[in-house]
Amino acid sequence: MEAKLDILEKLRADLRLWEGYKPLEAARAERIGLGEIEDAFPQKVFPRKAIHEFITVEPEHAAASAGFIAGILKALLTQGGACLWISMSRTFFPPALIAFNVAPERVIFIDVKEEKEVLWVMEQALKCGGLAAVIAEVKEINIIQSRRLQLATESSKVTGFLLRNDPKKLGSNTCAARWKISPLPSMLEDELPGVGFPRWQVDLLRVRNGNPGSWKLEWVEDTFRPVVEKEEAVVRRITGHYA
Amino acid sequence: MMNERFICLWFRYLLTDWLTLKRPELKEVPFVFAASVHNRVVVTAANSLAEAEGAWKGMALADAKAIAKSLEVVPHIEGQEEKLLKALGEWCIRYTPQVAVDLPDGLIMDISGCAHLWGGERGYLKEIVTRLISKGYHVRGALADTAGAAWAIAHFGQVKPIIEPGGQAEALLDLPPAALRLEPSVLDRLHKLGFYTIKSFIGTKRSALRRRFGPDFLLRMDQALGDEDEPLTLLQPLEPYVERLPCLEPIRTRAGIGIAIRTLLECLCERLYRDGKGMLLVVLRCYRLDGEIMQIQIGSSRASSHVARLYQLFELKIELIRPGLGIELFTLEAPKTGDAEVEQEYLWQPEGCGLEDKGLAALLDTLANKIGADKIHRYLPQERHWPEKSLKLASSLSELPATSWREDRPRPSLLLPNPVRIQVSSILPDNPPMLFTYKGIRHVVKKADDAERIERPWWEDKGQHRDYYVVEDEEGRRYWIFRSGHYDDERSGWYLHGFFA
Repeated sequence: MEAKLDILEKLRADLRLWEGYKPLEAARAERIGLGEIEDAFPQKVFPRKAIHEFITVEPEHAAASAGFIAGILKALLTQGGACLWISMSRTFFPPALIAFNVAPERVIFIDVKEEKEVLWVMEQALKCGGLAAVIAEVKEINIIQSRRLQLATESSKVTGFLLRNDPKKLGSNTCAARWKISPLPSMLEDELPGVGFPRWQVDLLRVRNGNPGSWKLEWVEDTFRPVVEKEEAVVRRITGHYA
Repeated sequence: MMNERFICLWFRYLLTDWLTLKRPELKEVPFVFAASVHNRVVVTAANSLAEAEGAWKGMALADAKAIAKSLEVVPHIEGQEEKLLKALGEWCIRYTPQVAVDLPDGLIMDISGCAHLWGGERGYLKEIVTRLISKGYHVRGALADTAGAAWAIAHFGQVKPIIEPGGQAEALLDLPPAALRLEPSVLDRLHKLGFYTIKSFIGTKRSALRRRFGPDFLLRMDQALGDEDEPLTLLQPLEPYVERLPCLEPIRTRAGIGIAIRTLLECLCERLYRDGKGMLLVVLRCYRLDGEIMQIQIGSSRASSHVARLYQLFELKIELIRPGLGIELFTLEAPKTGDAEVEQEYLWQPEGCGLEDKGLAALLDTLANKIGADKIHRYLPQERHWPEKSLKLASSLSELPATSWREDRPRPSLLLPNPVRIQVSSILPDNPPMLFTYKGIRHVVKKADDAERIERPWWEDKGQHRDYYVVEDEEGRRYWIFRSGHYDDERSGWYLHGFFA
């Protein structure tokens, strides 16, 4: 019986490996600074050889997702790599990347006319080992198309991000994770006036072989930082003050 | 058709100048080169001092020695003139790619379209002549519409070295017939007949001239006047990068076309590789049996002579060729080439990732050839405050930012191409509105940053400035809004321009 369990565990590990997840030891070093969110993924590491899907219905969501992805890009581009941004009607403004410590000149924008070109370009780009990441804005993607993308990313190590801007057509697909990033009211320390650091509600709606969940994050000094709840913060500040 | 212009350089003392350079002690000495011809020793070249004493080229050496007592004699070196002229011609290739040797003592250069690079023909000719004189050669240069006229002016011209376009006939009139590069026997005959200048016979009937002096005489005259073309034997022939592949049987299949392209690419790449060049643009022409010519072309962002990669780019376009009844001839031409980049550097790339990556360049070529190069954009900072103009398109993958990106003020993740008008209420001067409506949804402004005033560049237009605010509503949605113009100006209005992360 135990031998059978061993075999089963071994098979599961192999399966994870084939699906693009690294073994634990190798993976640890490659965490990208998402903190406890990364624990939701198998092997407790953000899968790089995978397609991540972001639900961006409103432009506010798209802006928040773009910020969140830029934060991840900062980790992915540390080796001086480049990435591709594919879209049909792009509103993304490259100088926004500076706030996330990503050099905008490292991003190449492909502005195509047709939806099917977006997917074709993305598949070609995912096969190109010279890139660190590929971001594409698409309305629709079916299970076959997403499988093709997944196969392409497994042969290289390019991370794919899909920005889905039409919620009605969210079907099932083979993306490794489905995210939704919503803006949250920012908070400046000591109740200073003005707009604070970008702060988001991060909902991991679906994870292949992992655990979905919700977190609050903000981007402070070039890293993701979990948001400490207000009461706690107040208590801490008071105790800190009197201690 | 561009106006053709030629320069003729005449090295009057070519051999003796060369020897003086090699043996400076000969500078003050009259000396001649001599060789034995038909059992007779003849002077083959004399320097200016020897000529001053009366020793000329073509004289018997014994006569020369009798006239000039202190004459030094150097044995003639066979073929030395040609060697020297070739070396000088190669040096002159810096001024024009088309240089030809004009034996025994000149160079002819086709300088069409080159002179403006040296600030006009006067400066150009002066530069060449003074550089050659400073090297130690006696040289006379002339510039005209035809090689023949330039030769004539260089050897016999008295007035000016540069003949303006179309002025060669007039400039030749007063010159002796020898200026037309005629055979000595013809010159003798002309002399005997009393034709001492060109104008004395140029008006004569062509048939009469032909009968008396032969067709060569007319050819030389026409070449000097520009009525007849004069082909130059160039030192470095310009070989275009073109390969041809005629087919025994007309080609009609995709596979056949593929093989043809590959064969041609291999030949052309081999040539380019030897020259250290790569193709930037490649044009394939297919000549069909019915006389139609099909043409496809590919572009490459890096000069490339990599057969497999270029073939991949062609593969995407083979289907555009309609073979019809069959293709009997393929030609492949690289009209635009560039210096191939050194492949070595890629070995040192960590992780093999980045803008310099060859895989990325190949990907972008594939994309450019399939969907169009105008769809690919990369941005660099530009020192402008106006948000839409704060970035510019990079011209190539390797172009680096000339200035740094502005970091002092945040910029939104999304920027609308056209700002959208919003309804606002509760406005105070120097403050963002308390409330605004965008696309029918009311937003209560909870937090806001100070205004950032961005002026229009005054040299471009007289529109209004913008006061930008970063605002956050009650749900935490962050926007970039601005007021156009002053608070109390009735033309002022509020707009939403972007979304922050």
